[in-house]
Amino acid sequence: MSALGNSTIDGGALAPEAMAQDAGALERTWSTKPGVWGWVCTVDHKVIGRRYVITAFAMFLAGGIEAALMRTQLARPENGFLGADRYNQIFTTHGTTMMFLFAVPMMTAMGLYFVPLMIGARSVAFPRLNAFGYWTYLVGIGLLYVALLTNHAPDTGWFAYVPLSETLYAPGHRVDVWAQLVTFTEIAALCAAVNIIVTVFKMRAPGMSVNRIPLFVWAQLVVAFMIVFAMPAVAAGSTLMLAADRAIHMQWFIPARGGDVLLWQHIFWFFGHPEVYIIFLPALGMVTPIVETFCRRPVVGYGAIVMANIATAFFAFGLWVHHMFATPLPELGDSLFTAASLVIAIPSAVQIFCWIATMWTGRPRLTVPMLFVLGFLFTFINGGITGVMLASVPFDRQAHDTFFVVAHLHYVLLGGGVMPLFAGLYFWFPKFTGRLLRNGLGKWHFWLFLIGVNVTFFPMHILGLDGMPRRIYTYLASTGWGPLNLLSSLGAATIAISVIIFLVNVVLSWRGGAVAGPNPWGASGLEWATASPPPPYNFAYPLIVSSAHPLWDAHAALPVATGLRTDRREVLTTTTFDARPDARHSSPRESIWPFYLALCMGVVFIGSIFRPYWVLIGTALSLAGLFGWGWQSTRPIERERIALPNGALVERT
Amino acid sequence: MHSIFDPASPEAMAVTRLWWWLFGAGLVVWLGVVAVAVRAGLSAHGAPGSDEIIHDAPGTARRVQRVIIAAVLSTAVILAAILVYSFSVGHALAQHTDQRLVIEVTGHRWWWEVRYPSADPTRIVTTANEIHVPVGVPVQVRLASDDVIHSFWAPNLNGKRDIVPGYASALWFRADTPGVYRGQCAEFCGLSHAKMAFFVIAQPRAAFDAWYAGTSRPAATPTDLLALRGESLFMHSGCALCHNIAGTTAGGQAAPDLTHVAGRRTIAAGMLDNTPQNIARWIFDPSVIKPGARMPSFHFPADEMNAVVAYLETLK
Repeated sequence: MSALGNSTIDGGALAPEAMAQDAGALERTWSTKPGVWGWVCTVDHKVIGRRYVITAFAMFLAGGIEAALMRTQLARPENGFLGADRYNQIFTTHGTTMMFLFAVPMMTAMGLYFVPLMIGARSVAFPRLNAFGYWTYLVGIGLLYVALLTNHAPDTGWFAYVPLSETLYAPGHRVDVWAQLVTFTEIAALCAAVNIIVTVFKMRAPGMSVNRIPLFVWAQLVVAFMIVFAMPAVAAGSTLMLAADRAIHMQWFIPARGGDVLLWQHIFWFFGHPEVYIIFLPALGMVTPIVETFCRRPVVGYGAIVMANIATAFFAFGLWVHHMFATPLPELGDSLFTAASLVIAIPSAVQIFCWIATMWTGRPRLTVPMLFVLGFLFTFINGGITGVMLASVPFDRQAHDTFFVVAHLHYVLLGGGVMPLFAGLYFWFPKFTGRLLRNGLGKWHFWLFLIGVNVTFFPMHILGLDGMPRRIYTYLASTGWGPLNLLSSLGAATIAISVIIFLVNVVLSWRGGAVAGPNPWGASGLEWATASPPPPYNFAYPLIVSSAHPLWDAHAALPVATGLRTDRREVLTTTTFDARPDARHSSPRESIWPFYLALCMGVVFIGSIFRPYWVLIGTALSLAGLFGWGWQSTRPIERERIALPNGALVERT
Repeated sequence: MHSIFDPASPEAMAVTRLWWWLFGAGLVVWLGVVAVAVRAGLSAHGAPGSDEIIHDAPGTARRVQRVIIAAVLSTAVILAAILVYSFSVGHALAQHTDQRLVIEVTGHRWWWEVRYPSADPTRIVTTANEIHVPVGVPVQVRLASDDVIHSFWAPNLNGKRDIVPGYASALWFRADTPGVYRGQCAEFCGLSHAKMAFFVIAQPRAAFDAWYAGTSRPAATPTDLLALRGESLFMHSGCALCHNIAGTTAGGQAAPDLTHVAGRRTIAAGMLDNTPQNIARWIFDPSVIKPGARMPSFHFPADEMNAVVAYLETLK
């Protein structure tokens, strides 16, 4: 039963000896085997989720180093630190890394780790798919960074606009690396999305009806649907159309042969704009439990926040043309997208007002996570307001593709994405590791980060309006852009120092931080009802929930359901809306096949860059992997009735 | 000379006015929301240090709800006002007159070809990276690309227009204030995207007409020996295969027209002042100044370089 006492769950008639025996059996059944083989084969969502978070954070550092190189180059006019070719590779890799390899995977990783814990489940719905998604993502990282270190990194921007990215203007394999990297991240994101959707729909704790789902889980669910609709667009665009143009001359985008240049922009931004909200909504989902916990009250406007999430997801698919206002599109069409771009500010405003009202009527304590939430409001609102400005077509024609937009997007992504993420990392670090991050270092991190972000990016607004375009590797002294660029570079150095402080804090605290216990903050969610870090089986018995804040509202202890087997991996499924117990379902053991299949996908996609026959070889190897995967899965699936604490039996459907 | 804060045309002025309204509204909203958020975050209500969970009385909940609804409605009203104002500016900018000067600008990697079309072939003017316009006359810049997407942007005169291969586009402005306005390519177009600037030179009508008359004339034959030697070197070293000099045998179309290159302020698309030393530097190795430039390097011995530069200096 590890650190979990009878205080948080009510075993009903269960004797302490029986509970200890069950915990021992569950430990044996669910734990990952030791050694390298176990490390590769594990399907534990917490092991994979933690791995994902650490990898994505490493990508944040890599993207940050690239940013530092760019800021060094731009610190003064006509600088010779990086040449044009290096700079173009680095700014492309920076954007690609931050969007595809840091932000989206980090947000889905937090979901894959915490969604099952927050809804009281033993695992995710598809543990092997989860492992496969992670390995695919890792192969993609390998591709991009080997390319960067061997001077083969893509150099046409993270948006890879045609015709610049066609073979005529981009010979060699640099753009192919980009197109295939996108393929890997699409697959990984889709694996995470379907996993989160099914986990949230079918595996919630008994009693967790839709109106009791934690808001972080709601955000993850909404974003998972966004991924399902957005990612196929870029999959079609990059993997099928651009790669086919380059490899076998399909001529989708070559105007001289009847192709269409703007088609690529439509496809890319149909994915690319929702992508921003795919990063931003889970970040907002992290804000809610933090505000609730440190203001000691349930959030104001639960229903409004859920609706705001759904509305944002809906409108996010109707904004993409605001990335194309300078192209020759009809004015009337542009106006529709202006209106949609303004409307989407409303659901974000609703969420912000709800948090402020929660703070106003609550009892706020300025812990480090709360400081980051305030920093998020301070910074993100600025980015939101410049976003409203850019929705105006006449103003956008001045500001588009200038440093004004660089400022805007970094205010949105650092303010609206990374600040809440840091808040979340401070908040949930004890759940990951069992230890608290240090407060003093956390405050240094916060203040330097806040100052650094604003000093780096605020001057860029002025630079953009003074005519400095994006994606230039150098500029003449006569432009007068030197002083503000130097200031911006000094800000970037401040950000670097703050992130180093965070890393030091993580290392020191992981080794010797204060021991947290199951629920160090007195928070309300189910993830705090189990030990820190949680045992491999998450919860010894499925918890039964009767409110949206189970640990606050249960006056005694949370009741539990019994009857799941302890000698086999078994999970409880519940109905989609009311979360009534539905069935017992077996959950797969560890397996080598996800890892193997991810490597085979690597052979297919990376091989396709060089020689077509690798596609055939890789496909044959993949089929063998699928056969092995399927062979291992052919055990009968148990679907039996389960017992509730009052002794009632739920018939299986 | 390169900023939206210093508009020189009614088009840019309308957008700058729009910007200041957006800025004002944004500043007020930002200050208001941040002030309320900081006030809410710093003020501890109730017993300090208590971990008790607060549950709203029904009255409080209703009051809070009303405040939030009012805040959301105010947001919607501000956004609606922005929408209407933005549409009206956009609509006004889309109205054009028939009385105009047409200039054709073609984006190349990485320079701008500028052409003044005319029904009279002797009145056609072709130049590069410098656009002369008369003050007070509406100008329609018709945009085309020779290769990838570029974006034409002179912030003092109007917003930018992307030049998308396969699509026609145009940009209008009427420069009311005489001056030299810098512009730069705003869409990433490859290796030397950073080195693709141009100047718009707005002059009073008389000065513009004089420039136009001078520029539509073919090049004069040089008179001094050094320049004559330079002309010969130019014609026979390969320069003439890409560059055009009207009135000579140099008829290349792949590179900037040099008929009146000495009259331009800068060379290499706004990268270097037009001085004899800079011309020599450029000819010696263009890729040092502009990575990826298609012009090969010409390592002329010093005396020959002097001759070529002397010849180019005669092309006023």
